[in-house]
Formats: sequence, C-alpha cells, structure tokens
Amino acid sequence: MRAVVDPDVLARQAERRQVLGRWLAHGALGLGVLVFALPIWITLMGSTHDAATIGRGDVPLLPGGHALENYATALGQGGGRSMSTPVGGMLLNSAIMALLIVSGKIAISLLSAYAVVFFRFPGRMLAFWTIFLTLMLPVEVRIIPTYQVIVDLNLFNSFAGLSLPLIASATATLLFRQFFLTIPDEYVEAAKMDGAGPLRFFRDILLPLSVTNIAALGVILFIYGWNQYLWPLLIVNDRSMETIVVGLTKMIGNGDAQNEWNTIMATAVLAMMPPVLVVVLLQRWFIKGLTETEK
Amino acid sequence: MSTLNLSGITKSFGTTTVLHGIDLGVADGEMIVIVGASGCGKSTLLRIVAGLETPTTGHVAIAGREVTRLEPADRDIAMVFQNYALYPHMTVAQNMAYGLKIRGTPKEEIARRVAETATLLGIQPLLERKPRQLSGGQRQRVAMGRAIIREPKLFLFDEPLSNLDAKLRVQMRGEIRRLQQRLGVTSLYVTHDQVEAMTLGDRLVVMHQGRAAQVASPMEVWARPADTYVASFIGSPAMNLLEGWLAEDGAAVQLKAGPLLWFTDGPRPGGNGRPLTIGIRPEHVLREGGVPVDVELELVEPLGSETVLHGLLPGGETLTAKLPGMVPAVGSAMEMHLLAEAMHVFDASTGKRLEA
Amino acid sequence: MDRKVYFKGRALPFLLLLPQLAVTAVFFLWPAAQAVWQSTLQQDAFGLSTSFVGLENFAEVVADPNWRGAAWNTAVFATSVAVLALGVALFLAVQADKAIRGQRFYRTMLIWPYAVAPAIAAVLWLFLFHPNIGLIGRALNAAGVMWNYQLNGNQAMLLVVIASAWKEVSYNFIFFLAGLQSIPKSVLEAAAIDGARPLRRFWTVVFPLLSPTSFFLLVVNLVYAFFDTFGVIHALTKGGPGKATETLIYKVYVDGVDNLNLGSSAAQSVILMLLVIILTVIQFRFVERQVHY
Repeated sequence: MRAVVDPDVLARQAERRQVLGRWLAHGALGLGVLVFALPIWITLMGSTHDAATIGRGDVPLLPGGHALENYATALGQGGGRSMSTPVGGMLLNSAIMALLIVSGKIAISLLSAYAVVFFRFPGRMLAFWTIFLTLMLPVEVRIIPTYQVIVDLNLFNSFAGLSLPLIASATATLLFRQFFLTIPDEYVEAAKMDGAGPLRFFRDILLPLSVTNIAALGVILFIYGWNQYLWPLLIVNDRSMETIVVGLTKMIGNGDAQNEWNTIMATAVLAMMPPVLVVVLLQRWFIKGLTETEK
Repeated sequence: MSTLNLSGITKSFGTTTVLHGIDLGVADGEMIVIVGASGCGKSTLLRIVAGLETPTTGHVAIAGREVTRLEPADRDIAMVFQNYALYPHMTVAQNMAYGLKIRGTPKEEIARRVAETATLLGIQPLLERKPRQLSGGQRQRVAMGRAIIREPKLFLFDEPLSNLDAKLRVQMRGEIRRLQQRLGVTSLYVTHDQVEAMTLGDRLVVMHQGRAAQVASPMEVWARPADTYVASFIGSPAMNLLEGWLAEDGAAVQLKAGPLLWFTDGPRPGGNGRPLTIGIRPEHVLREGGVPVDVELELVEPLGSETVLHGLLPGGETLTAKLPGMVPAVGSAMEMHLLAEAMHVFDASTGKRLEA
Repeated sequence: MDRKVYFKGRALPFLLLLPQLAVTAVFFLWPAAQAVWQSTLQQDAFGLSTSFVGLENFAEVVADPNWRGAAWNTAVFATSVAVLALGVALFLAVQADKAIRGQRFYRTMLIWPYAVAPAIAAVLWLFLFHPNIGLIGRALNAAGVMWNYQLNGNQAMLLVVIASAWKEVSYNFIFFLAGLQSIPKSVLEAAAIDGARPLRRFWTVVFPLLSPTSFFLLVVNLVYAFFDTFGVIHALTKGGPGKATETLIYKVYVDGVDNLNLGSSAAQSVILMLLVIILTVIQFRFVERQVHY
C-alpha cells in the first residue's frame, strides 16, 4: 500500500515527468541530428571555398563564394593532383553499375523465386539451397578466385565484370519467395480457370502484384550497387571506367594537407548525393525494402 | 445440354483417402448443393470437377465429354471462390474481362459482354473500381460476374457466401438462386451451411467422411434422412437420436427412456430386442397429443416465436424440444409428448434408415 | 513453406532458374571452391611451381603474429562498432518513439547516413578529424591533445570505429524504431496500470520484447564490421599506422592483391568463410526460434 498523497501533488509530478521526457527526447534527437549532419555540413561548406582556405586549416562553417567554380572543376576535370579523372564520367559509371546491379538482381531473383515457389520439379530444393548458400559467401571472402574468373572470362575493365558477380544473391530471391508465398492460392486457381498459363500468370498477375516489393528492393539495391567499393577497386584499372566512390578515395591518397580539398569536398558531395536523395525522397520504399529483405 | 457426370471418383493424398467413390449425375440446368461438415471431402470433390485436382480414380464428364485429365481452362467452367479471388490490381471490368481476353475474344465483344453482365448484376457504376474499393456484397457480385460472363457450361460455387455477414448472406442467397434459374446453367454449389443447402439446391449431396451419405431433394433429405448422420446434420436444432429396441414382434419400439412407441407405417423386420436408433425432430416433441415422457429441464432458450428446451430423459439421454410461442419455465420437471408418427427408425449398428 | 497450388512443367522452371544458378555457379560456388583448393597449395618463391601442402597454410596463418594481431584488431574493432552503433541507435529510437512533434523530421535526419558508402563516410570523418584541416582534429591539437591518427594507432582505431559506427546507427535505428512501433500499445498500458514507471517499463517490458531485434542486429552489425568496413579502412588508414587498424578482411586483400601470397590469402579467406557461415547459421537458428516467441 502506498501512503496517501495529495492527488494534486501526484498530478503535478506526472506532468513534470512527461514534460521532462519530451525535453529529453528533443534534446537527444537534436544532438543526434547534429552529430549526423556535422560531417556533411563541413563538407558542404568546404566545397564552396578555395583550396587555400581549407589548406590553411581555417575550417569554414559558413558558405564561401567558390561553389560554382569548385563543382565545375570537379565535374569537368577532377580533383586529384596526381590522377585527375573528371567526376562527371565517374558519376555516370557508378550510375550504370548501380542500375545494372538493380535490374539484373531483380530480374534473376524474380524468375528464380517464381520457379521455386510456383512449380514442383525434381531438384527444386537443391536449387533453393544452392541460392541460399550464396548468403554465406560475401564477395569479400572470395576476392582472389572471383577476380581470376573475371580475368579468365575477359571481363576485366567492363561493366559486365563490375556487375555480374554482384547480381546473384540470396536476399532478393528470399524476399520475393517470401512475398510469393503470401499470394492466395485462389489467384492461381482463378487464373487457371481464366485460362492463363504460367508465363501469362507471371506477367499479368504476379508482376503487377509485386510492384511495391520491386520498388522497395530497387531502392536498397541501388544504394548497395552505388556504394560498392572493394569490387570496383579490383576489377577496374582503366581510369575511364572508375566509379565515383573509388575515385574519391584515390583523390585523397594519403591525406596530404596540400590536396585540393575544395574540389575533393565537392566530389564527396556529388558522390553521396544520388543514394542520399534516393533514401530521403523514397523513404517509404526504403524502409519497407530494408526491413523486409533482412527478415 | 450441359450435364455433369461423376463416376467412381476417389481421391487419396498419400495414405489418407478423402473421397471413397462418388457417383453423381447432374441434369442440364440443375443446381446441386454439396453439403457437409468441414473435412468431409466436399471441397476436394468440387476442385476435382474444376480440374484443380485430379482424381485418383474415376471419371468426370461435362456435357457428355470426358474431361478428367483436362486443364481447368479447357473444361468450359467458371468458379466463384470463397474469398472471391478478384485480382486486386485490376478494375472490376478488367477482372471480368480477363478470361475472355486470354481466350482471344474480340475487344468489342468483350466490352459488350462486360456491359451486359454488369447490367444483369447491377454493378455498372462499379466497373472502373478496384476490388478493395468494394463492399463484401459488391465483391461477391463481381465474382459472380466473372463467372457468368464466360457463359460456361457449368458453374462451380465454393462456399461463396461464407465471408458475408448474416443479413447479406440471406440476400445474396436469393440473388444467386434467381440468377441461376434465369440463366439455366448447371451448377455445383459447396457449402457447410444447411440452410443455404436447403434453400438453394434442386438436390442435395450430403457428404460424410468422403462418401455421399444421401443424394436427394431438400424435402426428401429432411423427411426421410438416409442415415443417422444425415438425420442429425440437417435440421436445427439437431434431431434427437434415442436408444431403443424392437418390441411387440416388430410393431413397436421400446425406448431406453421408458415409453413404448408404436410404428404407424408398419412393422420393422428383425426379432424383438433388435437395437434401434430412433430419431425424433425437436419440432415433433409436443406438450400434448403424443406419447408422454418425463423430462428434467436443464435449459430454456426463448427465441420469441418459439422456445427451445433442453432436458434429460429418464436414463440420462438428452432431449431437445422446439415448442411454438413462449413456454413459461415451470419448475425443473415437465411432461412432454413424443409424436410417434413422425419418428425415424435407424438400425443402431449401421445407422441406416429402416423402412417399414 | 510450400504452396498447395502450383503449375505443372519441368522445363519452364528450370529455364527460369537458369540465370541465377549460372551466375551463382560461376561467381560464387566455383570461386569459393577455388579458395578452398588454393588454401591447400603453396607456390615457391619465384612462382614457378605449385605444390599441395594440405593444412600447412592454415597452420602458418594461425601461427603468424601478424594474423593474430589482425584478429585482435578485428575483435576490438567489431565489438566497439557493434556496441556503439547499437547503443546509440537504441537510445535514439526510444526517444523518437515518444509522441513528440517533428517525429518525421527527426527520423529522416537520422536515417540518411545509411545511404552513404562506407568509404565516403570515412572521407567525411577525415574532413573532421584531419590533424591539419579538420575542425575537430585542429581543436584537439589546440587543446593540447597530440591528435594525429596518421601516427597514433589508437587514435586511428578510434577514428575508423566512429566512421564505421556512424553509418550503422542509421540502420539499427530503423529496425529498433520498427520494433518499438510493433509493440502493442496495450502491453505498455497494462504495464503502466500495473504501476511500472517509464524507465522500469523500458527494462522489464520493452527491452525483452525488443531482444529478437537486438540479437538480429548484433549479428548484422558484426558481419558489417567484419566485411563491409573494408572501404572505411582502405580509405582512411590503409591498415596503418603500422598495422594498428589492419583487420582480417583487410589482410586478406593486402596479402592476396598487394603481396600476391595466394595460398595464405586463400587460407585466410576460408577462415572468414567459416566465420560467416557460423554467424549465418546462428542467425537463422535464432530467427526460426523467434517464430515461436
């Protein structure tokens, strides 16, 4: 039994606790947002000043007047001292690689998930487990032999070499399989009654029903593809094939203070812009894709 | 002429047999309702007719044509599913047109038939809507429309009303019956609901454990149930089944509960003491004018126009009575009367009906 | 896990599976088998002949103090990243789950770093912590801390941990928030009526209900720290100074690509493969159990 306390006192305590909780939440989240945004802000501001300002160590917190010129330099010429590849071309390479990975992965996983879920045939489980096995073989643990395969197939320095080894993965297949299993049997039966064969059912019914899943997965895969690092680092040595993420780190080299930091910062902003925009603008798909692929 | 003939249909899944040889002939334009508790095999039978399952043995013939091994699409049938199975990404019009489109029907013809069917069902204003924008009853109509539009030889209904609320179910029941009679399409209708079965069917197939316990008109099933299962399944509240023995050289039955009931339609074969099961519908338990028996009342359910009483007979069997009007609860004991001329006689060991 | 209704046919499903199986065979199974095979081979000093040496490469790898150092670095690095990223994310998610204004704004502002490539995350933090041009780096030096991650191993480790965790907080935040939002309000209300105060409610009701999410995230974070952070380390420290930030995956790369010591690199790959397999199995065993939770 609690001692009898004046109800007004209890009410005031409750209110104080609630207000305190809200302030704590705003404070913590505000701080979080700040910490998360700080590196971007510094980079964004740095990209609007000249190289000398940054090189001197006067870290600018407000915009300067060199934005246009820095971004023009980055896009047109590149920012490294020793190796300068124009950022425009690298952005294009990254976009091509990312889109190839997105479309390739979605296409082959849709087909294989369809086969595994909607058919019965000998070797079905074997096929499923083979695909599942790829979950356990991230590219990082089979670097050298995969590299050799690429060289043997003459795919070095090619978009095929960049994207092909990355388009087979179990996660997309598992996601579609999971979704296909939730399609009511009656749709299949109704389609059979209507006279639709398997390919027709796939095109007319299954694909339209999968649109949201495809979109959600597409967002995740775009980020995955755009952000690839180790693989492009290995598979490309032709400067004109360089992707932006690898190209950016090459510009920095050993991190000399004499680097053209303004151009590098502009490049960094350009390099992260596409995936960040995708996440922010397509937030709903992104969260759906993320939380469903990982289940 | 679109008839349906099933002969010797069996179906086994692994070691379990769910259908033990079903024979059924359906006349042109007839509506057959397959009714039974869940797990009796009624849905499997329907799916075999649809071509969604293949029978282990036996043959299916539609309009005289053997279709046992044909795909559903090649059988010229249409089906209304329990959850309607409307394609969620297509409009009502597209849903109805899909089957025709696949069969390569010309566009103008499709448009004409969609319009016709929509008019018939009163769903013209819904044609451009998606299924999720429709109410349950509207979805039901669209599902019917999808079936009707194809002008099939045979309609199959798989518990189409079970997802609707009680009031709508009664309304749609009437609509289905009117539509079926108007179009004159041979139909097979599966349900677990005996009221639906009684009101819809020209004939019923009462299924029990993979067998057709009785195939007959609704009135016949009610008046002369073929066995104790059918007797207790059709009718609400369920028929009272009481223990008894043949007595008076086959002219009467001695109930375990006490009274001796004389057969009014003639003697039954077998010697005195042959075990029987006697069925008496709750409607045929009266307050007077029959053979009296003492009942210890347990529960009185007043339903307004009638009252249902549950009680115990001497000997411990339960007896349910449905009496017209309000019955005042008059203490715990009550004399009731069994209407001997309305009793059903079954063999106690086989459960089969014993005729005079 | 199977459908009751399906289509007939054998050739069609095989054709549908063919692209995925072909890519899997050529780029996954074959290279993985090659890695296992190469891990049992050794080349002579001139690369002229190759001989089968059984498990000798593994014995050498495990005995190598450099490898052990990398293993230790990986343990420290992965633990720090996971603890930091999970702790911060859980705290932020609990705050964001409260009924406050601007929830959507906070959420958007906290999830975008997920989109930033690990290598670029490294570059962004380099801009902050660079001893000469970085805001924080210069401030630390001005305050008398000798800050130079290019020379000080511990500082380098701290920097790669921060840069790696920063990005992963977003990911964990999304999952924790989804987990929190899926807890039925009635459960919390029941706890409130039982007299539990918010903090107690959190530890006795919310946290246990979140434990499947937490465990799942722990495994994901460890895998992330083991493999995906290659870009962070390569862009920021290249494993240095000395070998202070050389992790196992980085060493596989250095030995295989830079030093061309294929046998050893392959043996290290195989060890990492086993690690991934163990983590994956643990995760799926757990997910299976979670179904009955």
